[in-house]
This record gives sequence, structure tokens and C-alpha cells, in this order.
Amino acid sequence: MAINPKKHEMPSQDPKVRAHNFNEVTLGYTMQIAVEEAQRCLNCKNSPCVSGCPVNISIPEFIAHIKESDFDGAYQVISRSSSLPAVCGRVCPQESQCESKCTLGVKFEPVGIGRLERFVADWHNANGKEQPVMPAQNGHKVAVVGSGPSGLTCAGDLAKKGYKVSVFEALHTAGGVLVYGIPEFRLPKAIVAKEVEGLKALGVDVETNVVIGKTLTIDELFEQGYEAVFVGSGAGLPKFMGIEGEAYKGVYSANEFLTRSNLMKAYRDVVDTPIMKGGKVVVVGGGNVAMDAARTALRLGAEVTIVYRRSMAELPARREEVEHAEEEGIVFRLLNNPTKILGYNNPENPRDPKNGFVTGIECIRMELGEPDAKGRRRPIEVPGSEFTLECDTVIMALGTSPNPLIKDTTKGLEVNDHGGIIVNEDALTSRQAVYAGGDAVTGAATVILAMGAGKNAARAIDEYLNK
Amino acid sequence: MYKIVRKRELNPTVTQMEIEAPMVANKALPGQFIILRVSEEGERIPLTVAGCNKADGTVKIIFQIVGSTTEQLNHKKEGEYIQDFVGPLGRATETEGKKKVCIVGGGVGNAIALPVAEEFHRLGANVTSIIGFRDKNLVILEDEFRACSDRVIMMTDDGSYGRHGNVTVPLKELLEAGETFDEVITIGPGIMMKFVVATVKPFNIPVTVSMNPIMIDGTGMCGGCRLTLNQNGKKVTKFACVDGPDFNGYEVDFDEAMSRGRMYFDFERHAHEATCNLYKKA
Repeated sequence: MAINPKKHEMPSQDPKVRAHNFNEVTLGYTMQIAVEEAQRCLNCKNSPCVSGCPVNISIPEFIAHIKESDFDGAYQVISRSSSLPAVCGRVCPQESQCESKCTLGVKFEPVGIGRLERFVADWHNANGKEQPVMPAQNGHKVAVVGSGPSGLTCAGDLAKKGYKVSVFEALHTAGGVLVYGIPEFRLPKAIVAKEVEGLKALGVDVETNVVIGKTLTIDELFEQGYEAVFVGSGAGLPKFMGIEGEAYKGVYSANEFLTRSNLMKAYRDVVDTPIMKGGKVVVVGGGNVAMDAARTALRLGAEVTIVYRRSMAELPARREEVEHAEEEGIVFRLLNNPTKILGYNNPENPRDPKNGFVTGIECIRMELGEPDAKGRRRPIEVPGSEFTLECDTVIMALGTSPNPLIKDTTKGLEVNDHGGIIVNEDALTSRQAVYAGGDAVTGAATVILAMGAGKNAARAIDEYLNK
Repeated sequence: MYKIVRKRELNPTVTQMEIEAPMVANKALPGQFIILRVSEEGERIPLTVAGCNKADGTVKIIFQIVGSTTEQLNHKKEGEYIQDFVGPLGRATETEGKKKVCIVGGGVGNAIALPVAEEFHRLGANVTSIIGFRDKNLVILEDEFRACSDRVIMMTDDGSYGRHGNVTVPLKELLEAGETFDEVITIGPGIMMKFVVATVKPFNIPVTVSMNPIMIDGTGMCGGCRLTLNQNGKKVTKFACVDGPDFNGYEVDFDEAMSRGRMYFDFERHAHEATCNLYKKA
């Protein structure tokens, strides 16, 4: 049988429809499509795809189960390595990880590994029969700081080994960036809640509304009898450009805009949290967070433009997200960089209610110069090419710098020049029995890398406590 | 869920509650704040800690009914619960090493000024408290201020109680008469703090202000609470939730902070009306 050169397409909501709702964009493979897609896998001996996966899922093995329509078997294979398959199947950048190594991809499109992973996880969520059983307890207590992807993974792995794990979350809902950052239309919150419930069934305590570094310090966790601590506190303070006008009303960090919509549900009319809806929105930045902010603003009724200083080739967001954004009608103004934000100011009437609100953003055209140290061509301003885009809202999606709360309250915890916690290959920090991983160490990265770090830390903590 | 252990109306628009939150009570220091959510659909609002009782694990909050959330909170009765309560957040007020201080509070800001005054008093400092209110009916915590202050100057905008006028009037008189302080600490509406700073400036006395911008997470994640400081001619962005809420008054851009504070003015007014109508129907 000839191999289909193309991946089976992902069934999705029509762009014109989904631009006005917060339901999930992609609908997932049907059973039939999944089996057909699985049959494209060559099951090659050296399985290069596995090396592309940060948590080394045994990919050809789970796909082989799908070929046989043994979806539960497929799930068991994935869950040996990943604790959040329904999440990773949706938000992993497979095109630059497992799928980029796929042998089939040399001549054709690679196997849709991510889509198959998602299918298996969703199938299991809908049809899985077995109840998670709390493993026999080994008597050791471990504290996990933060309930994002690294913390949940670390907690899950340790709980399965019999550790008594408490997860401390600063916000009122567990899930970290999966809840406050990634929008509902890309990752339904019910999926995250289900993962958290699964951990609780394993005996993990999830304590919300506890800010480690404030409510309790790391030293106090040890005083309370925890024998090891994993810090997965995530990224921190949002970056701004330092240009004029960033304090005008209507300028948001992407973190704030997304938190209002995702965590506080400001997109629903019944909640108390406000958000600026509609009008013209300019999003500055080219990463996944910029795409999430832009597509959220669009769904809130706005005309949305993304301003990015490099070209499409350098745009760091996932291709799929960029394509989705374009299909939905978001305009990309590439090779443009903001120089100042303009605001309303009525000199006649200092009490004019419009005073201080954003009216536009001034940008300058850029061209690409020589490659920098990372090999990315450096954008250079074209003198005199300034122009103004009218808008009511500006969202800055420029990344974050690490949160100072834990560093400032934990003696002897070393951080690097960027404020990231320094760890060795075993995720161990400069403090005994204190481990760290995820964005708190690396700065903003991906869900799967954070999961990998949580996994690595769980293994190291297990070794340390069994010495 | 967090229990409302005691509730007391301080004046028709200001309510005091003591909330059961032992971990917060154990840690909170004057100047720090908490964030609460009244209900599952509620917004997160920051409120400065007005005191805490470590023995029974309660934290005191004092709030003015200004919008939908504070309206909902005020409808909660003693013995009922609120959804979320997290803290203590922010940095505590620096109280050490100061021998003579002047606390200048305005309106409900006095509720936050009080624990700071009490802390200075406990540390043995000489405390002058200038406390201002709109009128006699809105005066709160007078006895408490008298108990921890060496001198209390009561002001009302309309002269219905204490002296007539703004808090800056007696402050200026004291300073012009040669009185000096190690520090002036001011807590209240932005416009009042701005003028307190302007009043003290010619006398070269440090002024600390307590900022209360719009916040969401309160832990250094969203950046909504950012404000601009002018430090040696350079503009610096700071986050009130992790860098504050106390700042050097000479550096804060008050006009910008006050403008940002009104970002959702229309939304909030409508939401408050809608909430009041709901309670009227019920």
C-alpha cells in the first residue's frame, strides 16, 4: 500500500465561526482518521522521533497500538513517560520536536504524532475505565512550589512512587500557565482540571492561595517536615519596551490580558473582572503568547494587528498558531517596531474621561541586517520611516523576567544574571534538597520542556531520599 | 473558603471584617496586603492588612464600599465565608530606626495607616498622626489613633469635626514652625498623597507613600500594578505588588498612577449599579 504523503488534516472549527467563540479550535481526530494516520508510521528500528521528545515517549510503540485499534494500550505506553498527554498533544511544538525527526518527513509530511497523542489522551478521558489508585505510601514528604506543567509532572511522578506530595499554588486555581496563560480555545480548562483531579486521586494535596516566599518560605516547608522541595514557580514579571506611553490606559502586558480572560474569565459577561473588549488592538511580539493574546482579543470583538520587528521566517511562534491567526483574520505587520504609544490628552479639560487612554502606536520600519550570535538576522531601523497605527489597546508580548519572591526569601539559593535559578543536571539548586525546573530556571520556554524538567527533578528527588 | 469571624460597621460606607486565615495572620506585617475573591465569579481585589490576631488566626481588613466587589463583600454576614484569601503580599513598611514620625492618613486610608502608627508606637517612636475625613459621619478609628499616637490632629473637609481643612494644612504649620520628623508616611487617596509630598518637599524630610493600584495576581505576574518612578532623572517601571506597595514619595508619578487607577471607571460604575439592583430585588 502506498503511503499517503500528507498528514491527515486536523478537523477544525471554521475560521469565520471560531473567530467569535472561545470553544476549542481543533476538534481532534476521529477513531478512523487516527487509525489511518497511525498506519503512515514506518515503525523504523532506530525511532529517531523518540530522541526528539523531551520526555522520550516510546512513540512507535504507542502508534503500533493505535494501528490495532488498541487505544487503551496506546495510552498505557504514553502514560509511562508523560503525565499530561491531553495537554501536550495540544500545546507541544511537535513540528520542531518528535515530528521534525520522523523518517517519513524526509520525503513526505511526518506522521501526525501530536495529533495521535491527543487522540489517545482524549479517548482515554472519555472511555478510560480504571480508577487511579493511591500507591502504597513510603513515608516521605515532598513539597512542590507551583502547579504549572513542571510542578504537576514532578508531583505526579513522585506520588506514583509513594511519596506524600503537597503542591502549593499562589493563585486560586491549580494549573499555572495552563490556566492563566493558554486560552480556552487552545486548551480547554476542563482538561487541566481533570489532570489535577487525577493527581489528587493519587494522594497529592493541592493547596491553592499559598504564595511560597510570602505565606510560607522554603525554610518553613523544611521545618514542617518536608524532606525535599521542588520549585516550579514559573516565569515572572512581564517585560515592557521602555518606550514613551506604556503607562497609558489600554496598554497591557500579555500576561495581564490573558490572565483577565483565561483565569478570571473576563470573556464571559457574568464575571466581575473587566477587560477592554473590541475596538482596534495592536499586539507587539511574535511568540506563542503574542498569538494567544491576539486571538483572544479577536474573539473579544477586536480588529487585531500583530507588530513584530523581524520577518515571518524569524517569527518564533508555532507555525500552526500563525496559520490559525491568519485564517481568523489577524493582520501581521512584520519588520515594524513600536517607537512610542500615543494617548488622548485634552489640554482644555483635565477631567475629560478620555484623557490618558491609548489612541495609537507609532512604529518604524525595519530591515534585516547581519545575523547575530544566535544566527538570527538583526533588525535595523529604516531612518525616517515612522508611521502611526490607530488603536485603543496595545498588548506587549515581549517575554518575562523571573519572579523575585522565592529568590529574595531563600538564603543561599543562587540565581544567574537573568534571575533564573541555577541548577545542576539533576535539577538540584545551590541549596541542599531544593530542586527547581521549568521557566523559573530557563526563563520562558515550552510546556513540554517544563514537564521534562519536573520529571528529571522527580527522579533526582527519589534518588536523594533513597540514599 | 475563609470564614468571616467578626464584622463591624465603622461608618455607613466603611466595614471592618476579621477573616480566619491563620497562615496569613502568622506572617502579616504592617504595610502588607492580601488579595481576596468574594465568590467563584468574583474579581481579585487587593486590600491592605489592617491588623491581625495570631492567637485566633484572624486577619483584619477594612474596606470602603466603592464598587461591585466591596458591595458583595459587605453583604456577607458574620459566620459566612468568602471564596479566596491570599497573602501576606508586598513588602512591609520599614519601621526600624526611626525615632519621630508623622503619619498622614486620609479617609479609609487611615485604616491602613493605623497599624503602621501602632508599629512605630510599639517600637518606641514619637508618633504624630494627622488624620483627615470628609465629614464627621465618616470618622473611623479615632480612639485607636489616640491610643498609639503622641499627638493626633483630626481634620474634616467641611469642619464638622476636629479642624476644618485638608491634612496638608496642619502638616505645613508644624513644619514651618520648625518641627522635624525622621519620616512622613502618608496613606490615602492619590491626590492627597501627591499634595502631602509637595508640602513636605521644601523641608527635606523623607516621605513614604503607600500605593494601591489595580492588581490581579498580586505576586509579580501580570504587571497591571506597574507605576513609574523618577529616579535621578531616569524613568523606572516598578510593580507595586512585589516592589511596594510603599515607595519613596518624591519618585512616584502620581498623575500617571491616578489616571491608571481610573482605567475601568465606567465598567466599575455599571457593575456596582447592577450589583445594587440585584440586592434590591432579592
